[in-house]
Amino acid sequence: MKGTIMTAETEVSIPKGGMFLIEQALPEAIFTPEDFSDELKMIGQTTENFVENEIVPIIPRLEKLEAGLSEDLLRKLGEMGLLGIEIAEEYGGIDLPKTASMLVAEKLAPSGGFSTTFGAHQSIGSLPIVYFGNPEQKAKYLPKLATAEIIGAYALTEPNAGSDALSGTTKATLSADGKHYILEGTKMWITNAGFANLFTVFAKVDGAKEKFSAFLVERDWEGVSTGAEEHKMGIKSSSTRMVMFDKVKVPVENLLGEVGQGPKIAFNILNTGRFKLGAGALGGAKAALGIAAKYSLERKQFGQTISNFGMMQEKLAEIALRCFAVESVVYRTAGLIDDAIGEETDGFKRLKCIEEYAVECSVIKVLGSEILDFAVDEGVQIHGGYGFSAEYAIERAYRDSRIQRLYEGTNEINRMLIPGMLLKRAIKGDLPLLPAAQRISREVLDPSLDASADDGLLGEEMSVVNNLKKIVLMLSGAAAMKFGPKLDHEQEVLARIADIIMLTYASESAILRTRKIAANGGETALHANMVRVYVHDAAEKAATLAREAVCRFVEGDDLTVYLSTLRRLTKHAPVNTVALRRTIAKAVLEANGYPLHY
Amino acid sequence: MNILVGISQVPDTATKIAIGADGTSIDTKGVKFIVNPYDEFALEEGLRLREKHGGTVTAVSVGGESAKEVLRTALAMQVDKAILVKSEVNGDSFAVAKQLADVAKEIAADIVLFGRQSVDYDSFQVPPMVAELLDIPSITMISKLDIVGTSVTAERDIEGGKETISASLPCVVSAQKGLNEPRYPKLPDIMKAKSKPIEERPASTIAARTQVIGLDLPLAKGKGTILGDTDADITELLKLLHEEAKVI
Repeated sequence: MKGTIMTAETEVSIPKGGMFLIEQALPEAIFTPEDFSDELKMIGQTTENFVENEIVPIIPRLEKLEAGLSEDLLRKLGEMGLLGIEIAEEYGGIDLPKTASMLVAEKLAPSGGFSTTFGAHQSIGSLPIVYFGNPEQKAKYLPKLATAEIIGAYALTEPNAGSDALSGTTKATLSADGKHYILEGTKMWITNAGFANLFTVFAKVDGAKEKFSAFLVERDWEGVSTGAEEHKMGIKSSSTRMVMFDKVKVPVENLLGEVGQGPKIAFNILNTGRFKLGAGALGGAKAALGIAAKYSLERKQFGQTISNFGMMQEKLAEIALRCFAVESVVYRTAGLIDDAIGEETDGFKRLKCIEEYAVECSVIKVLGSEILDFAVDEGVQIHGGYGFSAEYAIERAYRDSRIQRLYEGTNEINRMLIPGMLLKRAIKGDLPLLPAAQRISREVLDPSLDASADDGLLGEEMSVVNNLKKIVLMLSGAAAMKFGPKLDHEQEVLARIADIIMLTYASESAILRTRKIAANGGETALHANMVRVYVHDAAEKAATLAREAVCRFVEGDDLTVYLSTLRRLTKHAPVNTVALRRTIAKAVLEANGYPLHY
Repeated sequence: MNILVGISQVPDTATKIAIGADGTSIDTKGVKFIVNPYDEFALEEGLRLREKHGGTVTAVSVGGESAKEVLRTALAMQVDKAILVKSEVNGDSFAVAKQLADVAKEIAADIVLFGRQSVDYDSFQVPPMVAELLDIPSITMISKLDIVGTSVTAERDIEGGKETISASLPCVVSAQKGLNEPRYPKLPDIMKAKSKPIEERPASTIAARTQVIGLDLPLAKGKGTILGDTDADITELLKLLHEEAKVI
């Protein structure tokens, strides 16, 4: 995707998706939370206020699935315009940049399971029509979705079709008069099913795999029914049910897109959901950090608050610094997507712009859901036994978190997608990965060609990142050569490559953001400390991951060469991470939580 | 009805305050600023008065460049006009009140609404001072407001009960929590607020009547001492209260 963005001095082209592995972006070219406009900040603040005043106090009632409560909240959010952030003005929305929808997702996170209710409606429940609906479908449904007069849901998964989403058996058969599709099948884990009025349902026309298609199905139609509420581990305040379709007559005008477009719709919509999901998870992690930090400042043991203890401080610092890295990734990617979309109004073209960054979106989903799980787990630990009691907010946060690694593509599926999509793009010629890999292999053999040194702010850390990129290119190239088309069967190797890619993107984004703040005259002592610890640990983790991957498919003398190269590439100066974490923890405790705000 | 609402920008109530290097102001580095929470009730009441009686709502703030942020919030909540009186006055209520009274006079305000206090300096002084300067009635800390024609009826929460007060327009009122539920700005209005003008004007020169000479954080809470209930303990208690706590 080519386009241009204006920066202060220069005009630069918008990097392609995955380009971060090949070229180092300039700090001024990346988008950061510090670049939020005043309006965006006000939108974030308004959402935060609404959550704090209107949602958090009624979470216990929401958790009991009290009838009508979620729908009322959605309608209030609709009135405020929050449901229309991705809907065009002509259909009752306000169509804001994706950065806004990500910030809203982040700020909604402390509402617990309700943020899933919101996402199922605003994101995957409405966007199929936004991107694939024809003008009649848009006019009929979008204005009502923007106000929550009707509530949307997305019905893809089936009892026997989860990660293998296209293997479902729901069937649509054209009626003899050609006016209806007769829909038969069962969908599972459908969020908002208890009260949704409109389902985007995926089914195979005539049961044929190549005719996998999407349909807009209204709840009131004969033959649509739902099962009982599922008893879930967490996000209990969101409604989750089975939805059954028994010979439902779906008018042909409610076919979404064309017959056979189902996979494209399904995966694109999940992809647009992923970056918001990651942003939401980041919000949840920050909220958990706030809860844990406050508790540590109140709880006294051995005659002092537990916030004084090194092991508690280390946990708080680690959550904070990982949040910083994920936050840098989330909004850098938001900026990439928004720059690529620019003034484009055509839905398909916009979707292409988002798809361009599908790798980055998967990274956000995995990193976000895993920092959240880490934060709530350590949050419970900081609470000690009290963290195990349902009387404490961290207990619910812990249970609510777990789903995030599962839905919208499990993290395993996303780990497969990350290197998979990159290689596919390289083969298609969309990304110059192969020339870069060749350059790297020359460089690796001849260290005098090495150009990874960097003398800017956090130069040591940036040179680590430069080397991590080489490891990714080296490993992917070698694995592709070794396994060829069978690489798909090497899930363990692919997952390790994915992990190193994620560490690389997160480390680089955090460094570039810190450099940008410094270049604009901002205070960066805390940011730099967080980066130092994150990148140090990233290098350690990457070293282990890369070794494990290489040992899978290289043997003998070659292995010796690879391992010594890896040692050289992951070498870094020792860092006093204990001291740095204490400093970071101090900032967390002073701020009663995440120490940066926007 | 000409409705004027005075709003101020204050540090987020969750902020941990640090004192600046000059010792007389807070260190604003890393501090998040918000609309003074009590002023939100005043803003909401102003908007409701307009809905009921017609007229215009003007929001005014006395402060530096950053006070524009709270005026933008007011614009997003749909006030008609926003005025920033540029002043770096640090905590002198009279100087602030004078600026606000000048604006009220200029627009011939029928009613001037404030929050009961600004949660930064907590002086509670500005609303009654503005009323004095304009020589009009003032009702502070109201929890209910009714206006019929020019007659104003307001309720105030007082210790253990309620006080109902009547006055006539023009007047000044200051809002207590519970007066109303402030609305949330709508996203389309937030987006439109950025292109609405904020009228800026210099502060009139007025000598501050007070000066902040020092700010101190509260002392950290000391360790308590638990005594028994024998006569010796009572003697000890008296001794401690006299010699250590120095309260008797």
